[in-house]
Parts: sequence; C-alpha cells; structure tokens
Amino acid sequence: MPDTTATASELRHVAPQSFLRRYVFSLDHKVIGKQYLGLALVAVCTGMVLSWLMRWHLGWPTAAVPGLGAVSPTGAPGGVITPEYYLSLMTMHGTIMVFFVLTTAPFAGFGNFLLPIQVGAEDMAFPRFNMMSFWVTFLAFAVLVSAFFVHDGPPIAGWTAYAPLSAVGKDAGPGQAMGQTLWAVSIALFCVGQLLGALNFIATTLDLRTRGMSLARLPYATWAWFITSVIGLIAFSVLLPACILLILDRVAGTSFFVPAGLVISDRLQPHAGGSPLLWQHLFWFFGHPEVYIAILPGFGIVSHILPAVARKPLLGPRVFIACLVAIGFLSYMVWGHHMFLSGMNPFSATLFSVPTLIITIPATVATLLWIGTLYGSKLRFNTAALFCLGFISVFVSGGLSGFFLAQPSVDVYLHGTYFVVGHFHFVMGVAAMFGIFAATYFWFPKMFGRMMNETLGKWHFILTFIGVYCVFMPMHYLGLAGNVRRYSAFADDYMKGSIPLHQFITVAALFTGAVQLLFLYNLVRSRFRGPLAPANPWEATSLEWSTPSPPPHDNFGGHPPTVHHGPNEYGVAGRSGDYIMQASPEPDPGA
Amino acid sequence: MASERARAAPPPVPAQTGVVAGIAAITMTFAAFTSALVMRKGGGSDWVHFHLPPLLFANTAVLLASSGALELARRRLRQGTPGATAWLATTLALGLLFVAGQLAAWRDLAAQGVFLATGPSSAFFYVLTAAHGAHLLGGVTALAYLRYRVRRAAVAPLGAFGAVATYWHFMDGLWLYLLCILAVSV
Repeated sequence: MPDTTATASELRHVAPQSFLRRYVFSLDHKVIGKQYLGLALVAVCTGMVLSWLMRWHLGWPTAAVPGLGAVSPTGAPGGVITPEYYLSLMTMHGTIMVFFVLTTAPFAGFGNFLLPIQVGAEDMAFPRFNMMSFWVTFLAFAVLVSAFFVHDGPPIAGWTAYAPLSAVGKDAGPGQAMGQTLWAVSIALFCVGQLLGALNFIATTLDLRTRGMSLARLPYATWAWFITSVIGLIAFSVLLPACILLILDRVAGTSFFVPAGLVISDRLQPHAGGSPLLWQHLFWFFGHPEVYIAILPGFGIVSHILPAVARKPLLGPRVFIACLVAIGFLSYMVWGHHMFLSGMNPFSATLFSVPTLIITIPATVATLLWIGTLYGSKLRFNTAALFCLGFISVFVSGGLSGFFLAQPSVDVYLHGTYFVVGHFHFVMGVAAMFGIFAATYFWFPKMFGRMMNETLGKWHFILTFIGVYCVFMPMHYLGLAGNVRRYSAFADDYMKGSIPLHQFITVAALFTGAVQLLFLYNLVRSRFRGPLAPANPWEATSLEWSTPSPPPHDNFGGHPPTVHHGPNEYGVAGRSGDYIMQASPEPDPGA
Repeated sequence: MASERARAAPPPVPAQTGVVAGIAAITMTFAAFTSALVMRKGGGSDWVHFHLPPLLFANTAVLLASSGALELARRRLRQGTPGATAWLATTLALGLLFVAGQLAAWRDLAAQGVFLATGPSSAFFYVLTAAHGAHLLGGVTALAYLRYRVRRAAVAPLGAFGAVATYWHFMDGLWLYLLCILAVSV
C-alpha cells in the first residue's frame, strides 16, 4: 500500500516541461511563492513612488514634480498635485501597501515557498487552489492599478474606503465613480485569493507533515504562517461580504451604507436608511486582524532566524507560540479602537480599549523572549541578523505609541494626526518590511541557489534603519503638535510652521527610497552572479536546509525526510557542529 | 510498532480539513451578512415586510431530499453495491432543481414588484439567497467531480466523498438557517 502511494505521488510530481506550466500557470508552491514575491516587489515599488509624490507635495506644496504633469494632466496640472490627486495617491499607496505588499510578501510569498518544505511535504495540499490563489490576487492587483487609467482617476476614499463617500459614486469627488468601483472589485477578488491561500496553508500544516513532524516540532515560522492563515480565513471572509454590499450600493441602487437625506455636492442622494457605521464595523473587523496578518509572519521569521544567528535556542518556545495564539485570538476583539471617533458609546470604547491594552502583553512577552534569546549570545552579525534586530527595534518603537492610542480619551486628540501615521508605519509597515528583508537575506540562497552580497546588505540595513527613523519618528512630534493627517498641504494655515519638518521627512523618505536601489541591485546581481550556495549556509536546523539549494521539484528528491528533533537544537554538541538538524537521526542530547 | 500505529491511524485527508476550514470561512461570511442585517434593520426606519414566496419551502424539501440521496450513495459506496453513481447523479439533479427553484422564487418576487433595490429587506433577501446559491453551485461542481472519481477509481474514494458530503450537508444547514432568518425578519 505505501508503495503505490509513493508511485502515485511521484507521478504527481513529475516536473512539467512546457514554459507555461513551469513558470506561469505553475502548480509548484515554490514557483507560486516566487510569483507572489515578484508581485509584491512590483507593488512595493509602485507604492513607494506614490509615497514620494505625496512627500514631495507635503514638503514643497507649490513646486511642480518633474514629468508628473504629462502623466496626469488633470490630477497634477503643470506637475503641481491637486488636493484631490493627493487623496488618490494616499488611497492607492495605502491599498497597494497593505494588501499587495504586507499581505502578499511575508505571508503568501515566503509562506508558500517555505511552509511545505518546512513541514516535509512535496507540495501544498491543493496545488490547483494555490495557483488560482496567485492568479486571482494578480487579477486583483491589475484591477486596482487600472483605476489609474480610467476617465476620472483613482479613488480618493482612503484604503479604508469609509462609507458613505465610498458608496455614492461621482458626486463624492473625482475617482469616486469608476475608480472606487474598481477598488471594491479588486479587494473582493483579493479576499477570494487569500481565502484560497489560507485553506491551503491550514490543510498543509495539519495534514501533510512528514513522519516525526509533530506540532511541537514545527518551526516557529511555520507556526506563525499557520496562525496567520487562521486569522486570514476569518478576516477575509468578513471583508468579502462587506465589499459585495459596497459594490451593490454603488451599482445596484441598494442602501446598505448610505443614510437617508444625504446631500453631497448639492445633490440629494437617492438612498435611504443605510448605516455608514455598518461599513466601519465590517471593515475594521477585518482591518485590525489584517494588522496581525501583516506582522505575525514577521514574528515567525524573526523567531526562526534569531536562534540560527545567535547560536542559542529560542527562549520559551512554547510561551512564544502561546503568545502568537493569544495575539490571534485577541485580534478579533479590538476592532472598535479604530472607531473611537465614530460617535460610539463611551462604554463601548472602554470595552474595546481594555483588550487593546491586554494584547500588548503577548506582544511584549514575545519581544522579551527575543531579547532574552539574544542575551549572552555570540551573535553572527550577518544581514539577516541585523534586520531581525531592526525588526525588534521598530516594533518596540511603534508599539510604544500604541499604548497612548489605545486609550479613548487620548486617541480623541491623536487619532486624526500624524501621530497615528508614525505609529502604524513603524509597527506594521516598517517592522513587516524588516521581516521581509530578513527573510530575503536569510532564504535567498535556498530560493535561488546563490548567496547575496553581505557588504551591500549591511549598508542597505544601516542606511534604511537610519532612514526610517528619520521619516517616522518626527511624525509623532508633528501629531502631538496637532498636525492633521490626510490633508494635502499646510502652506497657508496654522500648521505652516511644520513645513520645515515636513521637508526634512521628505528628504529622508527620498533618501530611504533611494537606498532600496542597493537592495534591488543586490537581488538582481546575486541572482545571476552570486557565489553558489551550499545546502545549509547558515548552519540552521529546519528541513529546508536538509535539501539542496534550490530544492528539487518535489522538495526532497522522492525521499521525504523523517524528523527526529525540534527546530530549537542550537548550542548543543551535534554531529554537524553546535546544532542538530531536525532530520538528523542522531539521539537527543538531553536523552 | 511504528507500522502498526500507522495502520491504526488512517492518514489524514486534506480535503476533509480543507472543507472544515472552508465551512469556517463561509460561516464567518454569513455571520457578517447576518450582523449587517440585524444592524441595518434596527438602525433604519425604512424596513418593509413582504411575504416570502411559498416556493421556498418546496425548494427546502428538494434540498433536504438531495442530502438523503447523498447518504444513500455513500451507503452503497461503502458496501460496494452498485447504484452509488446513480444516487450521486440524483443528488446533483436535486441540487440543480433547488437552484432552479430559487430562481423561480426570484421571478415570483419580481412579479410582485419586489426587486433588489426596493428596500433593505428585499436587498438582504436577494443577497443572502444569491450568496447561498453561489456556494451551492460550488457544491454541485464538487458532486460532478466526485461522480467522475467514483466511476473511474478502483478503490472507493471515501475520503473525498466524506469531504463533499460534509460540505453538501452544511449547505442544507446553512439554507435552513437563512430561511429562519428571512422568515423572521422580512
């Protein structure tokens, strides 16, 4: 019986020969993971250029952006960005970054490539769903970007698309006609893609683990992707119906989110009885867990890499996993803290404030476990290690401002200001990006069979680290000073005095963006010219390092490994040095 | 020892896990729709009541019968007696009949002048029935695939059958839930 299964699975894993099946409509989780990462790379470059345009306008509101007038004659006549165009840049920046970068890269990208290998499987549980997951996500991105090319431009309602302005069409401003509909369709498609992906992650982790790979022996990155997929399964299945109702309000004349008697642009809207707050509830019931979908893979990546570079086992592995589970669970009880200003009952605000403060406990414990792991270690200062340290730093910096925002009375003042912009860019944006960078430097040799350039990598880290602090730290000060967010410029109002600081941030943002060219150059050059990577360059323990770099089509060359150890066997005398690989048959040192 | 254990515990069926996870996601989707309905009904003053088309109850009977047919198919597949594919085809046909019946119920309502945008109650009626119907058509596709597997395979694909059956019965339960919600609120 086992023989026939082996033959069947071998048959299933004959590498396809045609170009289309190998590289485009591939069923191989490794190719799909790379496709996701490629999509995220295109998306992050797009999103960053949009943020540069916004920063340019905030620093020098009347200066023309060279060439922009030709690209968008209506949005930026003569190259000077109009307030409406600023809003559409902001909307597209937020949407692209949150959905197509922070969700696709750390979760769908690295998760797809690594999770099946780390559990010892030949592929995902449902390879066809996996392929559909990527292509639906790709379609979602294409639909979103197409909003740049429709008649009245991209939407201006922000990445949260608050109703009623997102639900009423062209009266709500340029981009609120076709552009906003495209936004809603794109996000609905994105939900479908991520739901298919989450199904795959869950079934693969639970059912396709190789012999000996008990749940307790799963690597921390796998745990994080697994928990993230459970969160995603519940979150995206709520955003999807919300988007469907929004689309119906826009195109079918229903009134789910638009109240009666609403006059916009001097026109009475033909809707009645809807509730704008309903959209906020549905959106943030997804939106807050989405923050953890973006950051928990980073938690897993850091916990996976830190023991390998510190040559010490992760402190409190079970506590760490309990923290991930607790964060995942609590993430569903805090969505109302995004709505303190919505006019909600102050008692409700308190109810949402308390779990928000409680969720900082597992996050803090996880951080302390990382720092405890580092304590007394002989850290190998490679680029992946530096980005892990950077992750901890920006996560703490951004997390600390969360304590203030979690309290309704303080949030009333800070919510509409740059304090929040600084907060979430640190804790969710930059921290997740640092997780992505750490993962890239760590797993690039496994993915492409070549090493990345460490010197360039270290310069990339140092300059990026300084850059992001220069960009986002001053925003906390701006927020405390009362600088409102989402406004296009402060040239002739009470915030005029903040312009020099905005100019500093703009210069820092352009600088930090330019530094990323180092990373791009390193990626491309290492892909073709980097030194060949051995199977296990970092002397790490998990299963992906037991197979060649890059892994063969079925991951283990027809011989699925047997697991004998947990992923945490660092700092012990093993056959191969100071560590024992998970697939190594040697006895447990403690036994 | 190890081989004995391997024989004692049947290998996990990813399709079953996938269906359970899918059911969790679909449950969340309809929970979101339900909470939207409750909030919309309580918040607005424009909720209009209308009579549910009686055809819905006949459709319910058809759907429940399809689940019965699916269980008959499973029994025959398990015992190795012939007729499993025929009962699967019956299940599939009853599923399609249910969808056709739902479309006929829509036409009934439309004939009374109740459309998607008529009011919030009719909007939820059309949205909920359409969302359920779309998920049910996914189940019909799975049934067709299952019938193809059963006809072709030498060994009865009981794991895949279990996964599809779980999903199909869940569609029944979901419909009964939606019918209760609609009967109470519209």
